[in-house]
Amino acid sequence: MDLVLVNLIDGLVTGLLLFMLSAGLTLIFSMMGVLNFAHASFYMLGAYFAYQISVYLGFWMGLLVAPLIVGALGAGVERYGLRRVHQYGHVPELIFTFGLALLIEEVVQFIWGKDQIPYEIPGILEGAAFAIAGNTIPLYKVFMIFLSLAIFGGLLFVLTKTRVGMIIQAALSYPRTVEALGHNVPLVFMGVFGVGTALAGVAGVIAGPVLSTFPGMAVVLGSIVFVTIVIGGLGSLGGALVASLIIGWMTTFAKAYDMRMEDLLTWMGLTKPEPIWDSAWQDLWTLTSPQVADILPYLLMVLILIFRPYGLFGKRDV
Amino acid sequence: MRKTTGIGLSAVMATLLAAGTASADTIKIAFIDPLSGPFASTGTNGLHQYEFAAETLVNEKGGVLDGDTFEIVAFDNKTSPKESLVQLQVAIDQGIRYVVQGNSSGVAHALTDAIEKHNRRNPDDRVLFLNYSAVDPALTNENCNFWHFRFDANADIKMDALTDVIAEQDDITKVYVIGQDYSFGKAVSSAATSFLGEKRPDIEIVGNELHPIGKVKDFTPYSRKIVSSGADAVITGNWGADMLNLGKSVIDNGFDGPIYTYYAAADGITAAFGESGKDRLRLVTEGQTNPPPNDRAAAYIEAFKAKYPDGNMSQTRITNVIEMLAKAINEAGTATDVVAVGEALEGMEHESMWGGTLYMRPEDHQLIQDVLITVHTNEGIDYDLDNSDYGQRMEHRIEMAGMDSPTTCKMRRP
Repeated sequence: MDLVLVNLIDGLVTGLLLFMLSAGLTLIFSMMGVLNFAHASFYMLGAYFAYQISVYLGFWMGLLVAPLIVGALGAGVERYGLRRVHQYGHVPELIFTFGLALLIEEVVQFIWGKDQIPYEIPGILEGAAFAIAGNTIPLYKVFMIFLSLAIFGGLLFVLTKTRVGMIIQAALSYPRTVEALGHNVPLVFMGVFGVGTALAGVAGVIAGPVLSTFPGMAVVLGSIVFVTIVIGGLGSLGGALVASLIIGWMTTFAKAYDMRMEDLLTWMGLTKPEPIWDSAWQDLWTLTSPQVADILPYLLMVLILIFRPYGLFGKRDV
Repeated sequence: MRKTTGIGLSAVMATLLAAGTASADTIKIAFIDPLSGPFASTGTNGLHQYEFAAETLVNEKGGVLDGDTFEIVAFDNKTSPKESLVQLQVAIDQGIRYVVQGNSSGVAHALTDAIEKHNRRNPDDRVLFLNYSAVDPALTNENCNFWHFRFDANADIKMDALTDVIAEQDDITKVYVIGQDYSFGKAVSSAATSFLGEKRPDIEIVGNELHPIGKVKDFTPYSRKIVSSGADAVITGNWGADMLNLGKSVIDNGFDGPIYTYYAAADGITAAFGESGKDRLRLVTEGQTNPPPNDRAAAYIEAFKAKYPDGNMSQTRITNVIEMLAKAINEAGTATDVVAVGEALEGMEHESMWGGTLYMRPEDHQLIQDVLITVHTNEGIDYDLDNSDYGQRMEHRIEMAGMDSPTTCKMRRP
């Protein structure tokens, strides 16, 4: 029972981190119709910038400044890159962001090298916050939870309660009407792209020290972010949150408990072939949940696409 | 100060000697290892260590035979067996007789097979394979051949040494074994279970698990299992990012026992563990650098760091490869007849720069050497890794480890 609680917390941390990445991606998609392949690369840039700043000014300045730089870079990419490519249609836009992802990875390797870099959590957040039956919850994880909840709250407030948020929401559904009313829609697009990438930057800053900062970190998270927004529903912020949490908990529990395929199949009334190592079904019978944990989100995505193609909370078809 | 003058003098003499014997040849050694891709930093660092060893240990001392010098020729195999075979052919076409490779046992298997076939078909330009790091036991057992020499202790010998040390710790009664889901991870897991069962039947293996290699983002769930299993120690064969992330995660999540492992040093890993891994990480390795076993080793490391300030003297066995090859060529009196050189290498005994005696076992061409258990710490460290103040200090030395380890090798000699 204690372990359930611990795993709930661990899953929450994973889920919220995923949310910070997918929130920006889903906003950008719903507004501009662009799947930004380079989104996870901005996450990586956040971690590297924060590391470089923390070397001179400490972790907290990194947390403050790195996302701003990443956001500014993101806005620049939209203004001088995507906007020009936009006129040629969606495929060139996709290819543009894809190329950008490769470019960012190479540049990062060029500047910081191929090794992992020693980006550490600050001294004040080291150590355990509390322990449940010998399992310590690091203070840093508690910090991650509160920071991401605060960001979610802030985002929700801006989008639903402020004038800027209303314009953004209007621009989401009826960009031409909003433009006709005298609002600068391209500016709104640029702003959303900037904020979205800055969010990815924040995720990188706080995930870098725990998930390690290396040139492959964007690739590792890249695909799962897309899965999240497809499950949650493209363009839906709430959907992104729910999907992130589902994925976080699902993978954590699958890894933490050794559920065996053998038990499931026996429960379904099948008998285990003997000897198992001669059987053609050996691989299926000997599967355990930690082995398949990382593909479960993809499985869920396939199911969602079959039964509810617009995602859990989405309004439009994928 | 006197030491520096000594080095300077020998350098001058080497130059004079080299100038004096203008007719001397160069003996080319092909270095086939990753110089691009994810393992590029390991490969590049290894190449620097080879170039430095060839330069300081052979060329500056007058070379071999009549002043022949060693030249390391680098070939990038991108850690791919297929690419390695292409590069091997290029090397052979350039007239190279000696191949060194170390990263990945998969590549080593491909090379050793290809070299055996080549040598059988082309008796006039045969090649020797000096494997300095690939530790799959099969290379000196069922898949052994006369042309392959391994200078690292194989995975079984290392696990034997590691479990010797674990068996002495009476407070360890529960052990958790975790590794990457591929041949090496499985070899480590089975060796750990069988050796511990022999040496300390009372130790309970509370977990034995394989995780996907290079795919795990967050090791927290695995750490939770390790902590709640009540394990006193963790054994893992993980390397690269998997090693760092697993280690950091179990430490952060409340595990307070030792982590016994193979590859948790250098290439950024030592720096990243830093304080958190202090006195927790224990490595089974060879080649003592802390404390340096003698003045010669100390001077060698210092000279290397002076030339490559960002590099690490992390693969000490590379100097053994170069020194023993030079000795074998001198003994054989030829560098072109690799059969004679191979026969000189067989059964060779050599005093290692890093302390202890090296013995190339003739039955399977496995180098028998002292195996060390070292600890990650910043105390008593003369030569750190990753310029982080942290390094590996020797705790145990198992002399001539695996001297009587069995082998199934049935070698066909030329």
